[in-house]
Amino acid sequence: MNSPARGGRGRVTSAWRKRLEIVLFVTPALALFALFVVWPIVTAVQLSVYRWKGFGPLVDFVGLRNYVTVLADDVFVDSVVHNLIIVGGSIAIQLPLGLAIALLLNRKMWGQGLLRTIIFVPYVLAEVIAGVVWFQLLQPEYGVIDGLLGSVGLEAPEQGWLGDPDLALWTVLAVLTWKYLGLAVILFLAGLQGVPEELYEAAQLDGASWWQVQRKITVPLLGPTMRTWAFLSMIGSLQLFDMVWILTGGGPANSTTTMATYLINEGTRSQNFGIAGAASVILFVIALIMAVLYQQLILSRDTRSDVVTVKRTKTKKVTR
Amino acid sequence: MKRKMRGAALIALGSTVALLAAGCVGAGSGPSEDATNENADAQEFTWWHNSNNGEGKAYYDQVAADFEAETGVKVNVQAMQHEDMLTKLQAAFQSGDDAQIPDVYMSRGGGELAAEVEAGLVRDLTEGSADTISKISNFTEQYSVDDKVYALPYSIGLVGFWYNKDLFEAAGITDVSQSPTIEEFDGYLEKLEEAGTTPISVGAGDKWPAAHYWYYGVVRECPYDVVEAAIESADYSDPCFLKAGEHVEDIIAQEPFNRGFLTTPAQTGPTSASGLLATEKAAMELAGHWEPGVAGGLTESGEVPDFLGWFAFPTFDGQGGDPADQMGGGDAWSVSAAAPDAAVDFANYLLSDEVQQGFAELDMGLPTNPAATDSLSNETLAQLIPVRDGGGVTQLYLDTRLGQSVGGAMNDEIALMFAGESGPQDVVDAIQSAAEAEQ
Repeated sequence: MNSPARGGRGRVTSAWRKRLEIVLFVTPALALFALFVVWPIVTAVQLSVYRWKGFGPLVDFVGLRNYVTVLADDVFVDSVVHNLIIVGGSIAIQLPLGLAIALLLNRKMWGQGLLRTIIFVPYVLAEVIAGVVWFQLLQPEYGVIDGLLGSVGLEAPEQGWLGDPDLALWTVLAVLTWKYLGLAVILFLAGLQGVPEELYEAAQLDGASWWQVQRKITVPLLGPTMRTWAFLSMIGSLQLFDMVWILTGGGPANSTTTMATYLINEGTRSQNFGIAGAASVILFVIALIMAVLYQQLILSRDTRSDVVTVKRTKTKKVTR
Repeated sequence: MKRKMRGAALIALGSTVALLAAGCVGAGSGPSEDATNENADAQEFTWWHNSNNGEGKAYYDQVAADFEAETGVKVNVQAMQHEDMLTKLQAAFQSGDDAQIPDVYMSRGGGELAAEVEAGLVRDLTEGSADTISKISNFTEQYSVDDKVYALPYSIGLVGFWYNKDLFEAAGITDVSQSPTIEEFDGYLEKLEEAGTTPISVGAGDKWPAAHYWYYGVVRECPYDVVEAAIESADYSDPCFLKAGEHVEDIIAQEPFNRGFLTTPAQTGPTSASGLLATEKAAMELAGHWEPGVAGGLTESGEVPDFLGWFAFPTFDGQGGDPADQMGGGDAWSVSAAAPDAAVDFANYLLSDEVQQGFAELDMGLPTNPAATDSLSNETLAQLIPVRDGGGVTQLYLDTRLGQSVGGAMNDEIALMFAGESGPQDVVDAIQSAAEAEQ
């Protein structure tokens, strides 16, 4: 009579112990998450419905007016477009280029390690430092790039690469490509190591050419890596700030603003913290929507196998 | 499908929680509205200033030590780099915590100060500093709100053209007027252009250096009272504001600026606007009294270039503003609302004849106390004093005067005008709509 009850109590205590353990281990992480992620988001949402100058009490409740202001502001709409151009441009340029370089560097050759390191160096460099260096290189008239162009008889743009509203965004995109190509290459190289050697051998036995091998084996098997990289690249492009801030500050004539530079300009520079709050919430929502869509539509095929495994283990447990 | 539903539910839940939380979270804590100052008799206070190196820092340390010796009140001095100080000041105000807000700090006056006053952060100095104010009353108006003085200006400088005497001479401009007309000024531009020299460097990348042209247009076209009335009523329909922009547009149309000026920074590095002037790549720059110091820091030798001369922003035939008026600005000492009375005494001490004379001797700024204006040792700086004190008003930088919210919108629009994507009417419209949003 007693033993099942005791056993029951024992099970209860062990279940509680398990819960306690979970709480103990998860709390610090949750606390940090709440403090540094949830709280700022909540504060941003809170600020976005007020008009606030940065000090004094929050009293001037304006409802959704800040959102209307932001969405009706051409500068903000343009900055969203700039972000999307950077997202698209980064992927469209870095994917083929990174893949080509990764395939080249994957071949056994002299100096392979050295070349891999060199291609990765820009990524390791702090973004601010890279920005300052490029800013100096791109100076009109006195910059190295204009000097080089001049010495081979080419003419640099009159107002410089960063000073001409029609060129500035593309110049920024070029610098970003230089900076982040290394990441794509290194990830693709890592992905390439996961392609089984036997597949290549089999293909070669079947008489496939190098191109055919790459097209039919390497690229499809590299799919998950490429999709994950594109996701990282997309999020990075949406949050782009440092490089733009240093190279152009969003100028000339707002031709390189991003959502992040917009909200800094409105927030700390113009003390429209409410408008900046609204812009940051909109940035958050745009990033969230794009991330969720990407997860659902594109990354899902990579994660699907995981779901299947989980289900299988669950079934096992039940049968046991 | 199920996964998708869960994802959607999560987002919905998340946003609901966030919105609810936003609604529930109490309004941020502001400074207490108590009229009585519990802290009034404290024998210790903090002072923030931005002379964070060399002789300036040593001098201010000495000033604080002298005050301590005299009164027995302890002064906690914190010398910070200028930008750092502004950031920390903003953060301290945001916290609303009296313990974090310095007792004596630097204020730039105008709309910024008015916003701080409105938030109850600044102490009224009208009575506690009456003697000091009577000495510097020429300058206190733009540091007052509703006729009460909230900051004591200790250095008021002017913006004008700093030019390279050698390059001007090489271009055949021998007779440089101290206050040229626009025709004379256009003549300079033409001759410099002919000589193959870049006439003007401007840091339009930072926006405010470009905006200074427009502010000067306003000073030339709009009488001081008109500007003040426009700010008071938030109505900028007076045609003088439009004329100001037209003058600037005429200057821009001559393309006198350095290449790539739209992204040129104001003061950082040898390719900045000040750097181009300091390294003789451009013949002049519109800048404030800080220019000799900044240019000195950007030359190879680290010396202030001796080719630097100064002349005022050109005047226009039939202009609406007083030709003696200039545009500039400066720094003032404010005392925070919760500061002890001793902090007010200290602010007065900082404006005393003795401290201002020492301040001038070290060329730390252009002193406001008339007893100290002769003490400047740098001749280039000294020549600004008669212009400043020549009977006209020194109109505060308009972005400071209008406050950061309207000022920011104005500067953004003026920068667009320099890029040829905006015009005089757009600038006025931008100011008008930002001012209305603030009402």
